[in-house]
Amino acid sequence: MPQPDLRLEIDSTPLAVRAALSQVLGHRLATGLAPHRRGDLELVLAEVLNNIVEHAYAQGQGTILLELGARPGGLQCRVQDWGQAMPGGALPAGQLAPRLPDDLPEGGFGWHLIRCLTRDLSYARVGGSNVVTFSIPETDKD
Amino acid sequence: MELIATQLPGLLLVRVGQDRIDAAGAIQFKDRMRELIAPAQGRVMLDMSQVGFLDSSGLGAVVGVMKLLGPDRKLELAALTANVEKVLRLTRMDSVFVIHPAAPDDLRDAG
Repeated sequence: MPQPDLRLEIDSTPLAVRAALSQVLGHRLATGLAPHRRGDLELVLAEVLNNIVEHAYAQGQGTILLELGARPGGLQCRVQDWGQAMPGGALPAGQLAPRLPDDLPEGGFGWHLIRCLTRDLSYARVGGSNVVTFSIPETDKD
Repeated sequence: MELIATQLPGLLLVRVGQDRIDAAGAIQFKDRMRELIAPAQGRVMLDMSQVGFLDSSGLGAVVGVMKLLGPDRKLELAALTANVEKVLRLTRMDSVFVIHPAAPDDLRDAG
């Protein structure tokens, strides 16, 4: 990302992700946002980062690069990792699993939440790395 | 994971004493809840008033706790913060739990 306002290198562990989220929320990019917008930002970043910890780096730890930039209309986000590629080379559709009364889903919520709360979501495999970009709009999508 | 359990007649009330149920704490939350609900009979209610952040892993753990209760009992959630309510709504899990606007103060003080 050209001239990000915030650039973090994050170890691929759940606790490092938690610490990074706290750092983002304390940054001037986030402190001025309305409370529910801060909640959206934290949730989307948590889902994207934890997905990398859990899946891209499932077979060994690595580094995640997070870049954020304030842009007209919203916050631009770029997340890069050097782990395994997305299965099928594309982002999951994020459709909620059918809800059967005796077999409630305990997962599969993450990409659905990301797709609900972001705009211009894209994924590319770039020279052995995964690059996910999206923006978090200033106003509600719906 | 700080969980404060109070056994009341017919109701186990568990107050989540920290501000997040996230990927870093989800397994611990579920394991601790498993211990708390094992001896409990009757209803189980989680006081969520302190929880300002719930991610998909945390939600999965809360669903997992409900499944531990078996098919005949629903997990009840009380005093959802705005962020947590939104996660439940977007994932359409708000209809899965019994949701109360507040954990009654008199119950909370009873223990």
